[in-house]
Amino acid sequence: MSLDLSQYRDLMTALLPELVLTAWALVLLLVVAVRHRTAGDLRLAGWLALVALVSTGGAVCWLWWSGARPAGLATMIALDGFRFVTDLLFLATAVLTVMLSFDYLEREQLLAPEYYVLLLLATLGMMLLGGGEDLTVVFLGLELMSLCVYVLSGINRRSPKAAEAALKYFLLGAFASAFLLYGIALTYGATGTTNLTLVGVQVRMLGLAHSTMLLLGLGLLLIGFGFKVAAVPFHMWAPDVYDGAPTPVTAYMAAAVKAAGFAALFRVLAEAFSGVSAWHQIVWWLAAVTMLVGNLIALAQRTLKRMLAYSSVAHAGYLLVSVTSGSTLGAASFVFYLVAYTLTTVVAFALLAAKGRNGEQDVVIDDLAGLSQRHPALAFALAVSMLSLLGFPGTAGFIGKWYILIAAANAGQAVLATLLVVASVISAGYYLPVIMAMYMQAEPSEQAHAGVRLGRFSGAVVVAAVAGLLVLGVQPSRLLDVARTSGESVRPAGVLPNTPPASLSTKGS
Amino acid sequence: MPVTLVLFWTFAAIAVGSALLCITRRSAVASALWLVVTLFQIAALFVLLDAQFLAVLQVLVYAGAIMVLFLFVIMLLNLGRATASDIKGPTGLAIATLLAGVMGLQLFVLARAAPPADLALPAGGLEAAQRAQGMVAMVARPLFDTYLVPFEITSVLLLAAIVGAVVLAKRHL
Repeated sequence: MSLDLSQYRDLMTALLPELVLTAWALVLLLVVAVRHRTAGDLRLAGWLALVALVSTGGAVCWLWWSGARPAGLATMIALDGFRFVTDLLFLATAVLTVMLSFDYLEREQLLAPEYYVLLLLATLGMMLLGGGEDLTVVFLGLELMSLCVYVLSGINRRSPKAAEAALKYFLLGAFASAFLLYGIALTYGATGTTNLTLVGVQVRMLGLAHSTMLLLGLGLLLIGFGFKVAAVPFHMWAPDVYDGAPTPVTAYMAAAVKAAGFAALFRVLAEAFSGVSAWHQIVWWLAAVTMLVGNLIALAQRTLKRMLAYSSVAHAGYLLVSVTSGSTLGAASFVFYLVAYTLTTVVAFALLAAKGRNGEQDVVIDDLAGLSQRHPALAFALAVSMLSLLGFPGTAGFIGKWYILIAAANAGQAVLATLLVVASVISAGYYLPVIMAMYMQAEPSEQAHAGVRLGRFSGAVVVAAVAGLLVLGVQPSRLLDVARTSGESVRPAGVLPNTPPASLSTKGS
Repeated sequence: MPVTLVLFWTFAAIAVGSALLCITRRSAVASALWLVVTLFQIAALFVLLDAQFLAVLQVLVYAGAIMVLFLFVIMLLNLGRATASDIKGPTGLAIATLLAGVMGLQLFVLARAAPPADLALPAGGLEAAQRAQGMVAMVARPLFDTYLVPFEITSVLLLAAIVGAVVLAKRHL
């Protein structure tokens, strides 16, 4: 199916998933306006959100399977495998988050059904961010996502820590957005277009690879994205925010928000800046520093939630390695690792939510002592998740890391590959103690794990995600194929069909 | 000296002067009022750039609606009283100087790194386009045609902001 995106009809078809999700968000908002008092209303909103996410996923799949391709240049929204895969990843993460939230919101008495509306709108923002083919769409998607997540992280108004987290996230996020916007403005100034593909074409045609204005723009863009994916040295906000936010929201932030930031970063670098070699060096350093610093600080953490926050910083470093390699293999490993990392993170936070109370800020590693005797299934799930984060063979995390290593080695980045291995060894120093505490230490008292309870929905999430991790660990080929084709679909425009760059100036002039 | 140049320097000087007053006044209401003056001067600069439509929008939206909202918020939050200055001591001054230096440097770089000649409009192109389709259409066409998708996303963004603000500000959760 070939879609001419300058026709409104075809444009609507290309934007079908986004339109469906927007419509559902509006419907849900209306329902919530009428019914927002009891726990039953909250559950109703949750179910509606699930229906919305699943039907949007259906629209994405339909568009994917009908082989939608742009006729000519893709304006505003991309139509390629990468967009569809990342869309499905965001939607799946949102589904898992909704299911975690069912139990959590009632337990913590957060009876605000608008929670689900904001979750849907944040997911819409992610889809626009990951699929945006124009810098304006990328920026607006980012803002939509961030705005909703600021509110979600501060939705527990009884907790001063959540308020602090939300305010900190808001201020630093707004700061980062300004960087990003300035970068977009300079890129536009240098190339005269905000379309990603056309930026790439202009860079080649006009020989802008060393233009000061474009390089300044690129630098500011990288700072903006660096903030959003929490890469060192722009990671300062992450631990406090992850710590203070409600745990399902933390899972959503650590998994989906980070994945969306990365998807956009990947697309912008691959399509617009493939002709500018400067970013390889910058991202190389970002990756190296992020891996080492993230892991070293994680070693020093005592509470589980903060440890996971720093571990997610370290994982941003691994993903940056796959971005640096810039090859097809790099793209494939990038997509695969995103999926594996998302599943693992969701499991870890789901179990943390089951163990803790009142925001889970005080669960230290020793609190897990002897969990395997009392709750063997939970302990097993948490152990699988830790091993997958570590990259242990037999789990999806291992395959993901393995492909990143191969991609880095093939791209001639032996130093970076070595650093990745060193960083993984360091990370064993804080992942393994969790497993040791659960399996090798005795239960301190009879009542130590009395409050641990995984609700029905959270249980389903954990079972599905753990099964996914183990299956992907031994049977990765299906997902790898998808990752490869979708990663390949994002590429710089070598030859463009019927797009004379002379038509760059606006239609009116 | 041509009359437009005289006008430009006059408006520019008043704009910079009122902007300075806006950030140095102790009272929030006075600051807001000086900001109105700045916005009017910038609208005048738009007129000098042959962008009359933008000038009208600037007065209607910024100097009008947004400033009224500003004043409402200031009065509702009871911020009208004068408070001690926030810029304190040598550290604050040093940071301010540094930032001003960075901005000066950026202006210098941007003045030299002109966009490539291929991207510049041909001489007289703007006037021709204005004659052909009028000033409003020149803004409206791209907004509702080329940039329709971002425009619609903005509306969802504003809705999300409203929902978020209400959720955070509601008296009962």
